[in-house]
Amino acid sequence: MKRLIKNATLVDARGNHGKADVLIGEGRILSLSGGDADEAIEADGLMLAPGFFDPHAHLREPGQEVKEDLESGLKAAAKGGYTGVVAMPNTTPPIDTPEAVQALYKRARAIPGARLYVSAALTQGQEGARLTEAGLLKAAGAVLLTDDGHTNEDGGLLALGLRYAASYGLPVAVHAENAGLRRNGVMNEGPVSERLGLPGNPAVAETARIARDLEILRYVQQALEPTGHTPRLHVQHLSTARGLELIRAAKADGLPVTTEVTPHHLTLTDAVLEGMDPIYKVAPPLRTQADVEALIQGLEDGTIDGIGTDHAPHTLAEKEQDLLRAPFGIPNLEVAFPLLFTELVLKRGLKLEVLIARFTDGPRRALGLEPIHLEEGAPADLVLFAPNAERPVDPAHFVSKAKFSPWSGWKLAGWPVATLVEGQVVWRAEA
Amino acid sequence: MGALKHLLDFTGWEASQVEDLFETAKLMQEVLERPVKKVPALQGFTVATVFFEPSTRTKISFELAARRMSADVVSFSPGGSSLKKGESYKDTLLTLEAMKVDAYVIRTDAAGVPYQATRWVKGVVINAGDGRRAHPTQALLDAFTLTEALGGLEGKKIAIVGDILHSRVARSDAELFSLLGAEVWAAGPATLLPQTLPGARLTTSLKEALSDADAVIALRLQRERMEAGILPSIPEYVAGYQITPERLAWAKPQAPLLHPGPMNRDVEVDGRLADSENSLVTRQVANGVAVRMAVLYHLLVGRNR
Ligand SMILES: [Zn+2]
Repeated sequence: MKRLIKNATLVDARGNHGKADVLIGEGRILSLSGGDADEAIEADGLMLAPGFFDPHAHLREPGQEVKEDLESGLKAAAKGGYTGVVAMPNTTPPIDTPEAVQALYKRARAIPGARLYVSAALTQGQEGARLTEAGLLKAAGAVLLTDDGHTNEDGGLLALGLRYAASYGLPVAVHAENAGLRRNGVMNEGPVSERLGLPGNPAVAETARIARDLEILRYVQQALEPTGHTPRLHVQHLSTARGLELIRAAKADGLPVTTEVTPHHLTLTDAVLEGMDPIYKVAPPLRTQADVEALIQGLEDGTIDGIGTDHAPHTLAEKEQDLLRAPFGIPNLEVAFPLLFTELVLKRGLKLEVLIARFTDGPRRALGLEPIHLEEGAPADLVLFAPNAERPVDPAHFVSKAKFSPWSGWKLAGWPVATLVEGQVVWRAEA
Repeated sequence: MGALKHLLDFTGWEASQVEDLFETAKLMQEVLERPVKKVPALQGFTVATVFFEPSTRTKISFELAARRMSADVVSFSPGGSSLKKGESYKDTLLTLEAMKVDAYVIRTDAAGVPYQATRWVKGVVINAGDGRRAHPTQALLDAFTLTEALGGLEGKKIAIVGDILHSRVARSDAELFSLLGAEVWAAGPATLLPQTLPGARLTTSLKEALSDADAVIALRLQRERMEAGILPSIPEYVAGYQITPERLAWAKPQAPLLHPGPMNRDVEVDGRLADSENSLVTRQVANGVAVRMAVLYHLLVGRNR
């Protein structure tokens, strides 16, 4: 079956390519100049981009399906314009065996939604003691190794993990937080936490860990040089200006490091905790305006490779506990793009193709995947979005099981209208 | 003055509101001197003490305050255990709401719960201590006691000593005393000081804080701080920060000494001082009931006027 997307304005990481009629079939883009099709999608006034790719989402399966499962998660992703999502392995039990990876892929095949990419634990049980079977995990389809959700402190183990994973071409992602410095912090340490009397998580908890991990990466890179392998370190959910500086310097030095930033760290500060609503409780915590400004700068200049949602769904009841007990996390797959399109492109003048690049090419490259551009032969993993139609965020309508949002009521434009994976419509807005 | 709906902290308060409240507290003191210590002011109102964190003293003080004004009192003290069983703060409060409670006196180890509660229930919410954040009735009774002793707080230097970082009393005291025109100093070991304390100056020098002070407030030291490695030892604290007669002499003569209790004798305060005439600790406890009566009266009756 062939589909024709008519009169769409094409935009990808390379820029805006004007209006075209895009013919797709056999899972690929067949032509950018129209052609005979079985079905036409009128896209006048809409923009067509490569599908978004999220290197960091918590889909909670197995074990915490009450918060989210593969079906609700992959559908929420599709609704948010994503065609690919990397599921984090800190499930119950953690994804640390090839069998667990295969089981997830098997389940996902039956779900019409975004394409699943499975990351696996770096250490068995995510306990920070023994490495997982990188080779077998890779063979089972794992795209990344990480103990996200845990701040494993053993630097020697990270060195071994980077070294071993490199030999199988797998990147290692780190939740960069020094547990000792974070202690029991529940929000950014600063004047707001001190006024509220809440245990603070200082910026140095992140920066000290990044500095250490970058030194370990440098050491492993040198050690691996004779073998021809390159270790790849991906720093997850960067939140501090100083952390960004460290990564910028490391990249300038040629270290193979990539990083991501979340939609919430780009749009909210710790000041929102003044209202003492645990909805805003995330790890790493929301920081200061100066950090937000630096992260936006880093996103613009490419120091930050991409947007990782850190989509972290919880039940409303869990989030209605107090600030000490409520779990960390915000669900955001369904709002990430319109949020940043509105706040960064429309309001702050960030170039659209830069934002698109951070939603598509950057995160794909960070994981060693090929970028997708709008050209003949490319996979038809696509999103159509409406740049001009504005509507408020309403978490009651989330496909995700987590029906709450820090941006509830924010008026946003850029909402996805249709998402296609391999040319198949996996989500489409009701007209 | 605008009527207050809840008592969560002192955000948005004016000095005149505190003075009004103190006038009422004085009337309540008189009630408490009578042979029959009871007035009908809150007849027909139901006050719930909801203590998610145990605190016998504060709970008794609130319950006495409510009963002495003829309110019906119910108390709910899960002590954290029923929360672990899955019942939430919200469910607990909604259950009480269904039973037509008018005022909720809430104590928790978690900052913000009384604040969250105002989103869940229609009744009056009184913060009886939330985490490290605020303990407004303690600050009111401290300020009331100091006003009795010093004739007012305007221009007075008040030193708060001890674990400032983890103290909701220090936060609320500093906020309220500075609102009333006092110069507040907060002194303690460096690891027990926050980076900022609105309304107060911070120092690690006990001498600087105490010099010419009109009053001194010693805070309770939690032994968990030692286990958490925030403080090396009790003797180390005692050597640096215990209030002794010699150190109290740095302050103005007869400077009163307060402590929110319960006191670790010979830790925060030298035992000789604990029972001396400088100590207003029992006065604080007595005033606590009168001040809480005034708070309940203002919030419940003042609200309906
Ligand atoms: Zn993480």
